[in-house]
Amino acid sequence: MPAVSETVERVRSIDVDQYKYGFVTDIESDKAPKGLDESTVRFISAKKNEPQWMLEWRLQAFHRWLTLREPQWARVNYGPIDYQDLYYYSAPKSTPGPKSLDEIDPEILKTYAKLGIPLREQEMLAGVERSNVAVDAVFDSVSVVTTFKEELKQAGVIFGSISDAIREHPELVRKYLGSVVPITDNFFATLNSAVFSDGSFVYIPKGVRCPMELSTYFRINEKNTGQFERTLIIADEGSYVSYLEGCTAPMRDENQLHAAVVELIALDDAEIKYSTIQNWYPGDAQGKGGIYNFVTKRGDCRGKNSKISWTQVETGSAITWKYPSCILRGDNSNGEFYSIAISNGHQQVDSGTKMIHLGKNTTSRVISKGIAAGVSNNTYRGLISSHRKATGARNFTNCDSLLIGDKCGAHTVPYIEAKNASTVFEHEATTSKISDEQLFYCLQRGLSGEEAVALIVNGFVKDVLQHLPMEFAVEAQKLIAISLEGSVG
Amino acid sequence: MNAEVRPIRTAAEQALAADYQSAKKRLPGGPAFARLREQALAAFVEGGLPHRRIEEWKYTDLRTLLREAAPLADPPDKATFARAKKFDPLPGVDVRRVTLINGSFVGELSDLVQPEAGLTILPLSRALAEGHALASRIGRLLPPYYDATLALNTAFVADGIVIGLAAGSKLARPIHVRHLFTGAAAAAAYARTLVVVGEGAIATVIESFEGPDGVAYQANTTAEMQLGDKAWLEYVRVQAEGDAAIHLATVLADIGAQAKLHTCSLTVGAAVSRQSVFLRCTGAGSETRLSGATLLRRKQHADTTLYVDHMTQGCSSREMFKSALDDESRGVFQGKIVVRPGAQKTDAKMMSAALLLGDAAEADNKPELEIYADDVVCGHGATAGALDENLLFYLRARGIPRKEAEALLIRAFIGEAMEAVPHEALREALLARAADWLAAREHAA
Amino acid sequence: MNLLEIKNLHADVGGKEILQGLDLTVKAGEVHAIMGPNGSGKSTLSYVLAGKPGYEVTQGSVRYEGKDLLELAPDERAAKGIFLAFQYPLEIPGVATMTFLRTALNAQKKRRGEAELSTPEFLRLVREKAGGLGIDQDMLKRAVNVGFSGGEKKRNEILQMALLEPKLCVLDETDSGLDIDALKIVAEGVNKLRSKERAIIVITHYQRLLNHIVPDIVHVMAKGKIVRSGGPELAQELEACGYAALETEAA
Repeated sequence: MPAVSETVERVRSIDVDQYKYGFVTDIESDKAPKGLDESTVRFISAKKNEPQWMLEWRLQAFHRWLTLREPQWARVNYGPIDYQDLYYYSAPKSTPGPKSLDEIDPEILKTYAKLGIPLREQEMLAGVERSNVAVDAVFDSVSVVTTFKEELKQAGVIFGSISDAIREHPELVRKYLGSVVPITDNFFATLNSAVFSDGSFVYIPKGVRCPMELSTYFRINEKNTGQFERTLIIADEGSYVSYLEGCTAPMRDENQLHAAVVELIALDDAEIKYSTIQNWYPGDAQGKGGIYNFVTKRGDCRGKNSKISWTQVETGSAITWKYPSCILRGDNSNGEFYSIAISNGHQQVDSGTKMIHLGKNTTSRVISKGIAAGVSNNTYRGLISSHRKATGARNFTNCDSLLIGDKCGAHTVPYIEAKNASTVFEHEATTSKISDEQLFYCLQRGLSGEEAVALIVNGFVKDVLQHLPMEFAVEAQKLIAISLEGSVG
Repeated sequence: MNAEVRPIRTAAEQALAADYQSAKKRLPGGPAFARLREQALAAFVEGGLPHRRIEEWKYTDLRTLLREAAPLADPPDKATFARAKKFDPLPGVDVRRVTLINGSFVGELSDLVQPEAGLTILPLSRALAEGHALASRIGRLLPPYYDATLALNTAFVADGIVIGLAAGSKLARPIHVRHLFTGAAAAAAYARTLVVVGEGAIATVIESFEGPDGVAYQANTTAEMQLGDKAWLEYVRVQAEGDAAIHLATVLADIGAQAKLHTCSLTVGAAVSRQSVFLRCTGAGSETRLSGATLLRRKQHADTTLYVDHMTQGCSSREMFKSALDDESRGVFQGKIVVRPGAQKTDAKMMSAALLLGDAAEADNKPELEIYADDVVCGHGATAGALDENLLFYLRARGIPRKEAEALLIRAFIGEAMEAVPHEALREALLARAADWLAAREHAA
Repeated sequence: MNLLEIKNLHADVGGKEILQGLDLTVKAGEVHAIMGPNGSGKSTLSYVLAGKPGYEVTQGSVRYEGKDLLELAPDERAAKGIFLAFQYPLEIPGVATMTFLRTALNAQKKRRGEAELSTPEFLRLVREKAGGLGIDQDMLKRAVNVGFSGGEKKRNEILQMALLEPKLCVLDETDSGLDIDALKIVAEGVNKLRSKERAIIVITHYQRLLNHIVPDIVHVMAKGKIVRSGGPELAQELEACGYAALETEAA
């Protein structure tokens, strides 16, 4: 079992606290004053040199947000968040805009190197790692660099920070921003609409198959900082793109807020594959600190025969509140959701998906694997619905939960709403523990308890892992083992 | 998700509170039960009628569906007795029958004579008035959250049946509690059945609910069942209310160690119905089997909501609910299995399946698992879909006309929910009721 | 008079043309074999004759007993004596085989204006027909085809055929998945049903079934048409040379 022994080695090499991305990068940063009011929104917009329409959009969202309350329905518990005690904007100083690598603070480059994210194209081209992945790196509130911009440009693909896109492609941004997740959508999305600082923008033109994987790497560094990134991906008719995001943050005692919004739009015959490896700091063994991850992700299969596929590996964050969804508007469109959610220690996960069938002959598939260990709680929450006119809607859902230890909880809350007679929905769910027989079999063959658990869990999540791009699947596999470190007594 | 402003009470809510104030003097029971009533009403005044933002009532917005509180039903007149006598909802089943009309016990239509050894059976009004030992057990079981229909039942209930079975005794024949509504005007009837099955005792209890079509009456009923260790209760309910009725039922049960509770429900009636079932496995090693078939047509709405609480170790539960939804009907199934910390070796499986027969039919399914123990085997499945066209073709290729082929497949589909009823005549009677529904469907076409 | 007369039959499945101008004439009393490679349209023909939804006739005609067959619903065709023995008989959970047989028989009788059978009459009839096929009471009590082995399913098809006494039997790959003993039982069952009034179309990929059910006429199908017809010796020839030679011939 090379993967397993490698995993275990990795586990040994990390600190007691297990979180290997917990270091802080020491750089100077440019911050908005603490707290949130209209002037904060204006400050952010001004910092970004945004056009008037963008500012107005933000302000509209801000005023709406003032009327909203935090949603209470998820199975997560946390103390009140003081929205006035956060910084809403933090940018590494000396990096005022999009720039070449040489201008970037070497400390930041070192950070990404430590994280294993290559930003130097020549290194990547030399085949050091992940040779055909273009990366947009977002450090706290801003995008610090985007690689392979030129190569992508030749294919007609626009990939870069959303701040750039607002200035350079206003016609696309105005048309699509907020068209999937409107500014009125929910408390956290509305907050994001008001104060989002950066994020990625992708546009794939008609008929283009994006020549490489696109990837954004999010890093929260600054203390007391909320991160509110906004991602917008548009796949025009007949195009294809595979996109991956990764996330980490330093270990800090306080809880940090992360409220992102991701909008995907697939037009006729287009396909978007969106993968996430979320490894924000989960807090320490006593449940102190960690990221509050309140994320709104939604894809709109707007065109006929369009396809959106979400794959997520959720191992980090103190609290995860996220439901990557598909609106299956176009006839014959297809939505998929593949998820691995691991909770250990005091983590709380409430995640799942919504598949809203609106067009005719739309299909969707949901595979969710939840693993709970420690004193964590892990909830799958999902909605599958077919509209009256969505004839021929099909869904298959499978959600399995695995419990490791008797102090954790695993929960399944599916809503299945069939509103016409030609709908066929099938849902199945199971909850169990790792079988003693399987464990014993592995132990008898010489594996340690932890190796055995890692091996069995990796088997349990295999159906989902196979939907990740190859290089990330390997990374995810290792991450799973690390996340479960300390879960076997 | 937005600020939930406490709503102004609806006309129905205000009327219910007022009705209670004028009725409470007439309601039976000693000071202890009067206190229960007051508490229940206070909870109702506080919580009101549930609406779609209340998670447990998401698909059955009672505030909208119950626009008016009907006046409390009058006791039945003798003229209706004769008609009631003729009608047998479960022909061919040898039972001890007791009858409630408009929520009141009717001695003339009830058989309380020569109870077998260990059996106590008496009207609830009498048990409350006399302070019978069993009366103190009424209202002991409570759901895990505020439930408006139960609160209203506790506040308003005037009559019902109390059944007690001493330890080790066995009922010679099933007890059939027949609930009838009579009258041409909308009215509300509240009734409660208490079943206390002593240690190792064995019983079969049936409840049926019927009334005239076209009358918008409101039937609110509660069944409380307390199973001692090693007790075995078969509980069957047939809901065949009139087509304009609102039927609100609460079924509560505590299941002792190594006890068995098997229930089967058949739902064909009412414009709007809801059965909330709250079960608690309080003793280790119990076995629970819940099944139900719901057959709806036109704009009928039926909601089955289960809450199965595995409080302790080694209990098994099986839930199997089928619905066949024709025309524009709506079937709702919500089932929650809870496994508490320490309830190891729980074995729980739940299945709900909806057959969408009408183009505009709707099936809402919410099977839930909430699990806090690791050494468990739990699962659920849910399906919604039309009849299998390939099967239909196979049957038609053998010469069976389409409607008949459909009936055959529907019967097989829902039959699964009834086949576990061990009492053969009773099972046949249930299947016959389902067959009536299918026959009506076939002839309507 | 011809029992079945197919002229220039074209049929689509899922928008794809499978039958491409098929002609076939069958008289009462005859046994025809239709052979052909996979994908030649043999099963499609059987489904079109039985009226399966989704099998759309775009051109041509099918006359049965001198009347247009295609305008009839599947159950009407069955009542008029068309029987399809399915290649993959379906499982119907919850419906006992006995119930199924009785419902089918009585539905057909009712449609033909004949008296329905009483319970004892029906039971006697089933027992009589089932015995020869090695189908026991236990099998009849079980749900239709649920948990049946491949051989049991095919025997159940032949039992239905014997019971319903059709005029035109179409056996779709009845030999597939059968071992030699099961094959013999099934073939015997079919041979018993050979009569002057009844026609049988045996669809098969292999010649071996035809050793047991000897056909009067053998047809070879390729690309949605009948490309050759002949006597039983044609089947032998195919067994020896394979379909490949024929296909080149057809192309």
